[in-house]
Formats: sequence, structure tokens, C-alpha cells
Amino acid sequence: MGISIELEVNGASVSEEVEPRLLLAHLLREELGLTGTKIGCDTSQCGSCTILLDGQAVKSCTVLAVQADGSEITTIEGLANGEYHPMQQAFWDNHGLQCGFCTPGMIISCVDLLSTNPQPSEDEIRHGLEGNLCRCTGYHNIVRAVQTAAETMNG
Amino acid sequence: MFPSKFDYHRPSSVQEAVQILSDNPDAKVLAGGHSLIPVMKLRLATPSALIDIGRIDALKGISRANGSLRIGACVTYNEIANSGVVQDAAPLLAEAAGQIGDRQVRYRGTIGGNLSHADPASDLPAAALALGATLHVSGPNGSRSVSASEFFVDLMMTSLQADEILTEVEISAASAGTGSAYVKFEHPASGYALCGAAAVVTRGAGGSCTGASLCFNGVSATAVSANGVAASLVGSDLSDGAVESAVSNLSIPDAAGDMFASAGYRQELAKAIGAQALRTARDRA
Repeated sequence: MGISIELEVNGASVSEEVEPRLLLAHLLREELGLTGTKIGCDTSQCGSCTILLDGQAVKSCTVLAVQADGSEITTIEGLANGEYHPMQQAFWDNHGLQCGFCTPGMIISCVDLLSTNPQPSEDEIRHGLEGNLCRCTGYHNIVRAVQTAAETMNG
Repeated sequence: MFPSKFDYHRPSSVQEAVQILSDNPDAKVLAGGHSLIPVMKLRLATPSALIDIGRIDALKGISRANGSLRIGACVTYNEIANSGVVQDAAPLLAEAAGQIGDRQVRYRGTIGGNLSHADPASDLPAAALALGATLHVSGPNGSRSVSASEFFVDLMMTSLQADEILTEVEISAASAGTGSAYVKFEHPASGYALCGAAAVVTRGAGGSCTGASLCFNGVSATAVSANGVAASLVGSDLSDGAVESAVSNLSIPDAAGDMFASAGYRQELAKAIGAQALRTARDRA
């Protein structure tokens, strides 16, 4: 049984007929080709699949596509607007990554973090990112990137 | 991983949801989905249908009237943790909700889903018990109320009937002189409570204790009350010594061990964390 859903993904309207069991992460990657969103643990822990759903960071491996019907979604592909989002630029400048697999989800979570707490302390950044795992343990530069982005975005 | 096939229903009212649930005995109710979808992906649950109550506006409110705080079943952890109304009327619940999972999970997980799922290691059941919450449920024969102390029956089992849906959580607003605290000793990887303690204490005009409750998550198959221990504090000055003395008698029946911690270790954790929760609650009273 297919169900019709309509979403706005990175500013573009999308209409899809989906199976109820289709996960949002699979819709984004396999139906829409937005493979920037990664599937890591696939068990709601690692945060690689984090996207913005109506402005809030959520794990798209744990949301059904039908639950997102009518929502606005931003993936890593939708952050840049002609030039890199300040968070992307800050990750670049601070080398906030090692292998890069966690990076899209990490950047989306960091954008969400600053949207609710524009000037977080180091402790708040580390706690704010507890839903995103970097298996290279590259957290130091990620924290620096968030601090840099906070300065840029508040400046 | 993806779930096995199911039919999807998106009712627009509680009545409609209850009707669909009555007609589909094998269906599951979907709220935030952050407990249900993972177990469906692992095929530990294979419901024939999901009833998505996530768009029923009547389940999304937070209100306070006549000394009573009411929270709809589909209110998220994030909303509870950051609600000024909840922080004022039931700060224990806000504190516990803010410690669940991570940011992403807190945006999706709901109080109704949490309590109905009744995971013993989750954070809200002990808070609901310690606050003496009343749970409102709807079924085909109308609505009824259940106290939190009668709601949690066994491991992931509640007194909800198969055709009933939890709709609202009601809590008496904190009175003057009352302090509370939720303290969790969590597994460092999962964040789930090896032991979580929810304490509420009330001090009278002279500073002595006039009421106390102490409840735990993570130690046995359900959230449990240690209100016998807490009651022994009534009349005391709530000094560190009084708290230590009360907690030294704590013994949680049916404490359970698993691969992460033995039953005996959890008993000792409960004493330490219970005392810490009581002392913090006292300092906030």
C-alpha cells in the first residue's frame, strides 16, 4: 500500500508515493539521491543520519518517511547557500573531521545546537553533541569548529 | 535495516485512534517512535499496523490550572525539559526529561510513549511515581484514570489494556517548601540508567521534613518506590546524617542484575544515588 507524501527538501517540493515502512533516511538517500546523509549504526545512536526536520535535528534512521509528511527538511546538501554555511566553513578551517563519515550529521547537529544556544561553553558543546559519535575520536577540532562558527555567526 | 510490512493509520482524534486500535488487535500506537521504530527495525516487534497519533493536537498541550499540571501524551522530552510551566510546577519531570538520550532523541520522544513503553531503565517512570502522577487513558468504553503506582506492572508491561491509549499525564503542582531532584548513574555508552533516583521532599515552617518520596529507575523490572525509606525522614531535620541513616535501610525488592551491573551493585548505587537525590532535593526545598 503506497502512501502519498509531500515534503519540502532543501527548499524544493517533493511528492513521493512511499511504503509506510520506508525510513526517512532511505527516502533521502535512495529515492532523492541525497547521499550526504549517512547511515552509520542504524540504531538511533551514532547520529550520522541527522537532518533538520522542521528546524530540529533528528535521526532520520528512526523516523518513517510518512511521519515527515508535510515537513520541511534540510540535509547537509541544503546548508550551503552559494557559499558554505558558517558551520561548514568552520569545520573546514579547523579540520573538524578525520575520516569524514560522521561529518554531515555532526554539522547538522552543531547548526541545531547554535540555533538554541548561540554561545555555548565547551562543556555545553560536548554535551550538546552526545547524540553524534565520531569513531575517529576527532572531537577536539569539532569543538573548536563549533566555537569558531559561534563567533562568526554572532559577529 | 527496515521494519516488516505494516498498514499505516493517521487518525485525527483520540476517538478515531481508539476505534482503529479496537479494530486491529495487533496494531501498535506510534507517537515519537524512538522506542518503537528501533524494535521494529530489529524485528523484535512486527505489528500489522501502526496508528500514528503524532498529529492529534489534543495530545500536544501543556497546561496548568487549579494547582494541576496536565501534559498531553505527545508532548516531547525537549518541550517538557524547556517548558517554563513544567519547570515551575514539576521541576523533577523537566530535570528527568532533559537527561533522556540526546538532543535528537529529545526532539522526538514523548512522555506518553515513554511511560507506555515502560522501559525500566528509562528516566520518566521514577519521576512520574515520585510525583504521584495520574495517567489518563482512553478506550472504547470511555476514559479512566490510573495512578502511576498502579500503572507499571512488570518489565515493559503496564496496566494499559490492548485497546487503550494513554492521553494525558496529570501532576499536582509543587507546593511551597518542596524541592526535588533526579540523579542518574548512567551507562556511559547507552545513556540508560543503571540506576536513577527521583526524590521529592517538603520542609515545614521550622525546616523539618513534612513529606518525602524516593523512587528508582533501572534497578528492577519496573520503576519502584522506596517511599518507606523516604517516610522515615518525615519529622527529621533532613541533615546529611538523617539522609544517610534513612538510606542505609534501603533494600529494593527484586533488584535485577544484567551484563552491565549486578543486582548487588545496583542496590549500592541506589543507596548512593538516592542519598544524593534526597540531599539535592533538600537543598532546593
